[in-house]
Amino acid sequence: MAAERATFRIWRGDAQGGTFQDYPTKVSEGMVVLDAVHQIQAEQANDLAVRWNCKAGKCGSCSAEVNGNPRLMCMTRLNQLDLSVPVTVGPMHAFPLIRDLVTDVSWNFEAKKRIKRFKPRPPDAPDGTWRIAQGDVERVQEFRKCIECFLCQDVCHVLRDHQMFDAFIGPRHLVYAAALEMHPLDTENRIPDLKRAHGVGYCNITKCCTKVCPESITITDNAIIPLKERVIDQLYDPVAMLFRKLRTRD
Amino acid sequence: MSISTVPVRLAHPRFGETGRRDAWWIQPLVVFLGLSTFLVYATWAAFQGDHYLYGPYVSPFYSPEVFGPSAHSWFGPKPAVWPAWLPFSPALIILPIPAFFRLTCYYYRGAYYKAFWADPPSCTVGEPRSSYWGENSFPLILQNIHRYMLFISTGVLLILLFDVWKAVWFADPTTGAVSFGVGIGTLVLALNTVLLSGYLFGCHSMRHIAGGCVDQLSRAPLGLRAYSCVTCLNRRHMVWAWTSLFTVGFSDLYVRLCSMGVWSDLRIF
Repeated sequence: MAAERATFRIWRGDAQGGTFQDYPTKVSEGMVVLDAVHQIQAEQANDLAVRWNCKAGKCGSCSAEVNGNPRLMCMTRLNQLDLSVPVTVGPMHAFPLIRDLVTDVSWNFEAKKRIKRFKPRPPDAPDGTWRIAQGDVERVQEFRKCIECFLCQDVCHVLRDHQMFDAFIGPRHLVYAAALEMHPLDTENRIPDLKRAHGVGYCNITKCCTKVCPESITITDNAIIPLKERVIDQLYDPVAMLFRKLRTRD
Repeated sequence: MSISTVPVRLAHPRFGETGRRDAWWIQPLVVFLGLSTFLVYATWAAFQGDHYLYGPYVSPFYSPEVFGPSAHSWFGPKPAVWPAWLPFSPALIILPIPAFFRLTCYYYRGAYYKAFWADPPSCTVGEPRSSYWGENSFPLILQNIHRYMLFISTGVLLILLFDVWKAVWFADPTTGAVSFGVGIGTLVLALNTVLLSGYLFGCHSMRHIAGGCVDQLSRAPLGLRAYSCVTCLNRRHMVWAWTSLFTVGFSDLYVRLCSMGVWSDLRIF
């Protein structure tokens, strides 16, 4: 891509209201959306608010909506976009707007605190260490790739469209709960909370969260559905409940 | 320095409103047309009650024939308790099992919530309703019976497997002597059973039962192997779901058209 001009239609506004404004700027090969936004900030709109940090897709700070799709701005290359029309860059819709491209995602950190902490079994060895088979931790290692960009929370229609922040913790926190719940050392039972307080039943498996995850975590198939199945085991399936009762009696 | 924020959001999107520029509507439309076509055909075929047998072939819509007029029937003709107002067909007894399995399938749920109920129409596309219950309350809480549908459907699949075995034994119309052979119909029924197996054994509930329900799979090497196999199939669950849906419909159509004399079954050997 030789140097050319492209127009970026960026949301400008705060809690009181705002509008999309067009910023034509020069773009060149290898640029990502965040580069263009920084260029506009430096040359045309010094007061443009944008949250960013690593520029490498690992800090999860520059989450935004590029042409209506939740994306990390630093991982969205301009050669993936049609530059013949203005590129729309807006803030995440699911969260309260602070200013321009910056939203208040603090609800996520509060919601995370409601999930029961890791509670390991007693150590396996006298020196206070545990023995874990690699195969047993591999499943949860996928979940630890999460960079907490909250794009999955943004795209989830339960939070985005229905604003059910009190009833549903969202895909990111279901991934976190799955990482704890499936951990081979963990002894805590989060299943009743997942059903009642965390609202796993509100997920209707649209897989939008999986599609937008920049770390390619298979959120729906590997975290949410297995949690739904565990909830069924403990709270809905009478045969599984009976089986578990007989086994604990033995 | 603390930042004070007021919880104000951008305007709530109206139905179909989105900032997306891709053709987001194609996928739900294809799902809608695909599932609707199958539903219409399967309902029509189930109510026919005829042309479901041809030589050694049995349509998967009609197998097992629990009650029915043919010699394959397990318990004879139509039961006396069958309501007079409801047209009888052997398929009406068996078809609800795979139908409910697919209806409660995790893949199809996500697909038809979008395509038929616009909940949401597609990712980041505005919805028609403001209220939302999800699968947390009646009626969608009933989706949790999926694993029971899996158990029953596994039994039906075993019978379809036996049908494939029966489909390689051809009776000579003149002498009545039975000989081994393979026809196009045998291959159609066999392919259908293979794809149905891939769909059924790659099911999310099967994955949970095979080992997903335990945290220390290393203690059960067999469980670890089963879990790995099911996980491998599960990665392509959508592909298994659609291909098996197509072949199950096509198997019925093949047997039906052969039985009606529209198509001739080619005997390979």
